[in-house]
Amino acid sequence: MNSPDTPILELRDVTKTYTVKQGLFGKSKPLTALNGISLQLNRSDVLGLVGESGCGKSTMAKILLGLEAPTSGQVLVDGKPIGGENRLELARRIQPIFQDPYSSLNPRKSIEDIIALPLRVHHIGDEASRLKKVRDILDVVGLPSRVLTNYPSQMSGGQRQRVAIARALVMRPEIVICDEPTSALDVSVQSQILNLLGELRREFNLTYLFISHDLAVVEHLATRVAVMYLGQVVEENSVEGMFVQTRHPYSKALLESVLTPEPGLGVPDTHLGMAYPNPIEPPSGCHFHPRCAAVSEICKQQAPRTQLTTYGRIKCHLHDETVQAKLVQA
Amino acid sequence: MTHSSSALPPDPLLQETLAPTPAERLRRRVAGHKGLLFGGVVLGLLTIVALFAPLIAPHDPYAQNLMGRMQPPVFLDGTWEHILGTDHLGRDYLSRLIYGARISLLIGTVAALISGTIGTILGVSAGYFGGRVDAVVTFLINVRLALPVVLVALAVVALLGGSLTVVICVLGFLLWDRFAVVMRTSTLQVRNRDYVTAAQAIGGSTPRVILSEIMPNILNNLIVVITLEMAHAILLEAVLSFLGLGVQPPTPSWGLMVAEGKNMMLFEPWLVLIPGAVLFVLVLAINLLGDGLRDVTAPEGRN
Repeated sequence: MNSPDTPILELRDVTKTYTVKQGLFGKSKPLTALNGISLQLNRSDVLGLVGESGCGKSTMAKILLGLEAPTSGQVLVDGKPIGGENRLELARRIQPIFQDPYSSLNPRKSIEDIIALPLRVHHIGDEASRLKKVRDILDVVGLPSRVLTNYPSQMSGGQRQRVAIARALVMRPEIVICDEPTSALDVSVQSQILNLLGELRREFNLTYLFISHDLAVVEHLATRVAVMYLGQVVEENSVEGMFVQTRHPYSKALLESVLTPEPGLGVPDTHLGMAYPNPIEPPSGCHFHPRCAAVSEICKQQAPRTQLTTYGRIKCHLHDETVQAKLVQA
Repeated sequence: MTHSSSALPPDPLLQETLAPTPAERLRRRVAGHKGLLFGGVVLGLLTIVALFAPLIAPHDPYAQNLMGRMQPPVFLDGTWEHILGTDHLGRDYLSRLIYGARISLLIGTVAALISGTIGTILGVSAGYFGGRVDAVVTFLINVRLALPVVLVALAVVALLGGSLTVVICVLGFLLWDRFAVVMRTSTLQVRNRDYVTAAQAIGGSTPRVILSEIMPNILNNLIVVITLEMAHAILLEAVLSFLGLGVQPPTPSWGLMVAEGKNMMLFEPWLVLIPGAVLFVLVLAINLLGDGLRDVTAPEGRN
């Protein structure tokens, strides 16, 4: 038996490198999508993972789902490393919810077939008990059982996302990877889905890894927040700590970029200026330095170390006391 | 009351608000597509004629009558005894046409099935697995495209001798390239959709993911290519038979009938025109059916 404080999901120094070929006769170059990621999720935590497009969020989701193997490092579920042989067991414990409910449901299958697929693949129960399970889970996600014979094209975006949630939960997993589950939905539907996810978490004691770039959503649902930049976690904190006392310049910029409905404010200036760097040739030193508002000479030369503190983790020279002390001396 | 069995009549509002199922939408589009209907009806009729040839044909297609050679068809002052006249050996032309439909449809269907199987397996694996598999399949496709079909068919038939089996096999093993190309592209389009990833994350095995998630979504493309390749195979059989390297006499084949009639073409043009016209109608019908199927199954791809 594992001790209760064993994290249900743990990433230890996970690195994923792809080989990218530029052009037909171009040289193969490594692309580091994930660079030494370490994260821990405790049972019934909601870890909000935020960052720009291309920072490695989706790669991380694929690794956690067992669809891709990390180049190095380990993923542990309940203290046990995941590998190729216990693929089905992993699938029973970790399930995904995708961003776009228009592409996550097979258009040629009825809703019943879609939701029952996990049960069929895992040979759980017979036809009748499967149908009962499907009806139960439909009720849980708030859909009437008459949609069973419908096809995805007959449903709205919000209904489809409920179907996707039902499919993810029908095997009662412990961990759900939510890959931007609301960003493809209408604003009015978003809150319904978020509330549903919150209720389901309490009801089934779920642990969420909540990938998003919508900080308002993260603040609403998450208990912890990790900010990713170019394949690295640059800051991790509890949700209160993150939103009250933001430390990393990148996290600050992200928070400032949130749009408000208040008129007259216009589009916020994030000071991020230049575009996201090419991940094949990441900037020297701290990967964030070309866009950082508080950049100093050391950031261009030396990569910051990850510091574990009482509140979480941070990867920035500004908050590294030894570095700051040296700067003061010089 | 027509709804006496149910307590409530169906709610008309509910019926209208619920969008039609994919099958229902397909049925509606089929009913509104003239080309598809024409192609389907003609092909259906020819299939019935081919299946029931012994019942329909007025004469034995092999029975010669050297006293009654090259009787004209009924519209050229012929007799109703031989509606489409007789050929250079006095065989009933209509009966030979009817039996010829068997050969054409048999060759078209079997060749398309063989090449469809080969091409689909190659194309879907290339699209799904990518990487080395894709490189090998793409190479095979390029090799195949570099081979001129008629020349290869001529060489094989010259080596093995012409017969129905040889022609079917040659065409089946030569016409898979379009299947492979189309299936590869379609698989590439579908394989990165989230429902495929979801099935993989559920723990679905690779065959299961391919057969139950990918195949149903690329089947419409496959059906369209099958019809096109059927028409292609039927025409190639006619070409080979015309050149004397396909179906051998006395088997009635439309291509062979054109070849046999060509010596008399200047004096009795109907000997060539009738089988030519039937061949034209069959290929046209199959192509219309294929085009129509593409239109109704993938309306987003229509221009």
